[in-house]
Amino acid sequence: MNLLISIIVVSGLVLLAAGIAASHTASYALTVVAPYLVFVVFLGGFIYRIVKWAKSPVPFRIPTTCGQEKTLPWIKNNPVENPSGFWGVFGRMAQEIFLFRSLFRNTEVKIIDGRPIYGSAKWLWFFGLLFHGSLLIIILRHLRFFTEPIIPCVNALSAVDGFLEIGVPALYLSDVALLAGLTFLFLRRVIIPQVRYISLFTDYFSLLLICGIAVTGLLMRHFFPADLNEIKTLAMSWIIFSPVVPQNISVVFYIHLCFVFTLMAWFPFSKLMHMGGVFMSPTRNLANNSRMLRHINPWNAPVKVHTYEEYEDEFRDKMKTACLPVEKE
Amino acid sequence: MKKNKWGMIALGLVIFLIMVTFPFWYGKGSKTPPPVLSLDTPVIHEMKEKRCVEDTSFMRANHMKMLNAWRDEAVREGHRQYTAKDGRTYEKSLSGTCIQCHSNREQFCTRCHDYVGAKPTCFNCHVVPGEVNK
Amino acid sequence: MSSIKIPKPDELISIRYTSPKTEWMDTPVDFRPGTWSYSGAPKNLTSLDMPNPRIWQPSDEDWKLPPNWQEIILDGMKERLEKYRSFRLFMDICVRCGACADKCHFYIGSGDPKNMPVLRAELLRSVYRRYFTTAGKRFGRLAGARDLTVDVLKEWFYYFYQCTECRRCSVFCPYGIDQAEITIIGRELLNLVGCNINWVMEPVANCFRTGNHLGIQPGGIKDMLEFMADDIEDRTGVRVDVPINKKGADILFVTPSGDYFADPGTFTCMGYMMLFHEIGLNYTFSTYASEGGNFGLFTSHDMVKRLNAKIYAEAKRLGVKWILGGECGHMWRVIHQYMDTMNGPADFLQEPVSPITGTRFENARSTKMVHIVEFTADLIRNGKLKLASRRNDHLKLTFHDSCNPARSMGLLEEPRYIIKNTCNNFYEMAEDTIREKTFCCGAGAGLGNDENMEMRMRGGMPRAMAVREVVKKYGVNRLACICAIDRATLTSLMDYWVPGVTVMGVHELLGNALMMTGEKERTTDLRGDPIGG
Repeated sequence: MNLLISIIVVSGLVLLAAGIAASHTASYALTVVAPYLVFVVFLGGFIYRIVKWAKSPVPFRIPTTCGQEKTLPWIKNNPVENPSGFWGVFGRMAQEIFLFRSLFRNTEVKIIDGRPIYGSAKWLWFFGLLFHGSLLIIILRHLRFFTEPIIPCVNALSAVDGFLEIGVPALYLSDVALLAGLTFLFLRRVIIPQVRYISLFTDYFSLLLICGIAVTGLLMRHFFPADLNEIKTLAMSWIIFSPVVPQNISVVFYIHLCFVFTLMAWFPFSKLMHMGGVFMSPTRNLANNSRMLRHINPWNAPVKVHTYEEYEDEFRDKMKTACLPVEKE
Repeated sequence: MKKNKWGMIALGLVIFLIMVTFPFWYGKGSKTPPPVLSLDTPVIHEMKEKRCVEDTSFMRANHMKMLNAWRDEAVREGHRQYTAKDGRTYEKSLSGTCIQCHSNREQFCTRCHDYVGAKPTCFNCHVVPGEVNK
Repeated sequence: MSSIKIPKPDELISIRYTSPKTEWMDTPVDFRPGTWSYSGAPKNLTSLDMPNPRIWQPSDEDWKLPPNWQEIILDGMKERLEKYRSFRLFMDICVRCGACADKCHFYIGSGDPKNMPVLRAELLRSVYRRYFTTAGKRFGRLAGARDLTVDVLKEWFYYFYQCTECRRCSVFCPYGIDQAEITIIGRELLNLVGCNINWVMEPVANCFRTGNHLGIQPGGIKDMLEFMADDIEDRTGVRVDVPINKKGADILFVTPSGDYFADPGTFTCMGYMMLFHEIGLNYTFSTYASEGGNFGLFTSHDMVKRLNAKIYAEAKRLGVKWILGGECGHMWRVIHQYMDTMNGPADFLQEPVSPITGTRFENARSTKMVHIVEFTADLIRNGKLKLASRRNDHLKLTFHDSCNPARSMGLLEEPRYIIKNTCNNFYEMAEDTIREKTFCCGAGAGLGNDENMEMRMRGGMPRAMAVREVVKKYGVNRLACICAIDRATLTSLMDYWVPGVTVMGVHELLGNALMMTGEKERTTDLRGDPIGG
């Protein structure tokens, strides 16, 4: 059901883009107004979400520890999985963000011969990393349309990415990797019953939307070549704040643009904000030094306690009978 | 660690902003106009009807695919004749056909290819007559 | 327990990981006997000034909620979203990748999809989206949102009391989303409208009044400790002192009350007392702070603080230098991650230094409370103890990392160091079931009651099966741990899944091996079982 609605919405976007391409006014809206609107929504929304998270304090230091803590000097501790200071946390976060450390631990449980067996299950990690890594490379490669002169390292990146020189224009490996990653993540969500059971509209929609972007991009590169000169002129016109309505641009490009703008505008209000959120997770970004350094809770308020005096008042006679010392006779 | 929590978040946000807005301040001030493809060559000047193998918008988007197809068909299969959509015929040859008119590689090919960051492999082998190989 | 039938182990193990035909939002909770805990008794709630004390049971149709219960819950959510970044963040960033799903012992043991941490959290997230996000307000179910109804509340109750806050899911989550945080907040919300379980509320009420979960009064504590001293004398020929509420002691010793109440915890407690006697430690027990554990953690953050306050208050009153804590799991989560923040700074105490070895426990320099296995490991390392590990030769031992010391502290090597110095036959369980990947006993977080026995056996199954493997492979007959709840609950778990394996604390092992000055020749261990191979 959620999957069906996602497919309908994505198809709707395609039709919308086709409609926009046919109308001059709508084209104006899409290529002149929408870019700025979407960019502002993306940036503003992103900052809003981060600030909103940041406004809630971290009252307690609650890292999840995944290795020996720092205790006695002769006991070998694990400075990264159980960090005791800034650099340990830095290392832990870097591993988490660039290598998906926690996902790398993934296992899969099966009951075999009346007991659970924990099999290795690194595929989610592998395709997850493949997907995110190639997405990053693709975004960086697109800087060729947004910088003039093009940053040399972007050209170098493109050259490396297309080094196999399959076809003209050369097929980018990151495109293949992205599609492979997307396919895995999508099929997994649809085929594995447990994952399908927990999936919401937004889960399918994000995947389909990014898939739509990738497919239209590939179409423009390999099947219905777009006039890159015109596209870069359009992109640069946004950058120098004098946007133009392009003249000879294919419907495919309009679809591509519609998808990208939808993704950007939707990004801050969706689960995709895990991009920013991962940096702020208190179980990962805090050092496990709670007994060394006092953590301050900004809203720490007094609570009703049962004092020793109240306790002794109730049990004084019993304490005296048991020959236990008391404060008041 | 505690007091600079907001500091860390602010720092993160600033880094994010710088990265996302990078194109806006990179190369600021140099409002390079899009490249104009120069048709200023003697051969083109002499043409009565100034037209390429196919129409301009097709050529702009598809020239690389056409050249690639020409190479394969001419070199590997020996089919050296190309019939355009309007029925005119051309020899499938970069040097023999394309460069005859577009003899100004710097002003015609390179300028645009540099602009969009596409690297042609044509001139790894082919030379444009009159140009000195660097 | 007698009235509720539990499936036999071979029936229980045939678990199917399938999902119901209906979507999870359309599948109401079924309070099947054996899988939930009885409600909190009104007297306990009243004594703690907690809301909505009444007689009810979760299986009742009418839960006798206050008329404005939805408002109370939603206000409570709003307040907590503003107070806990963890809560707000964990409501927002889950991508439902499902990596946590089969990491939960309750899911592995029950196959109920709502026991996948991701879905257990979605029970709360769906309500969060409905009332606190624009998308949820506008698009409802399409945005994964749903109204807060009585059925939803019942679902929360059932599943938040089927989570032991063990944090195993958090180890595997790519964003570190911790179901324990969500369960803690979920239970706080339930408590606002008086929905809680007696296995938590009774210990909390007891602890508030008498100082310990079991409600043991001052004289009772003294009797129990004296009784253990008698037992020690009987086994070793050495009479140990039992200092209680002693002013001028160097060290206040706090341990879970389970350790002086019932076997096999008492043997661990005897181990502590023998150790302290042998090294001549100037320490004291306290009757007011006679509980290391803190069932407040299974109630609310406020309750953690209310119960925990006694430890520093008593240390101050008695004028000790620092505090030593016994073997316990969630107790150490509270002491390590909450105590100093909640009830500190403990500037009236000194930075802990072992009076025997002179070792400075720098890792505890602010909280000023040292874990007994850190303390003992240091003693052994410095050669201060004479140990006859052969006295444990009748044991083939494996070690269960307790959830909280493993995943909220990282106390992994110290207990192993003590074990290796006191026992010659030590075998680790499978890699995926120890250290930070350790499996819960299935009955922590207040779920260790008899009416919940089926769920306990299900949740404990992954741990029990890992034990069964080392039993088959190496003939293991004893399971060591550093947690009082483990000592109680693993015993039932072993009886059910792996009969023949008994449970002990690490300091019982030490007590067996410790050669005391003036002791007679020992023929039995602390339990009275004959020693030797």
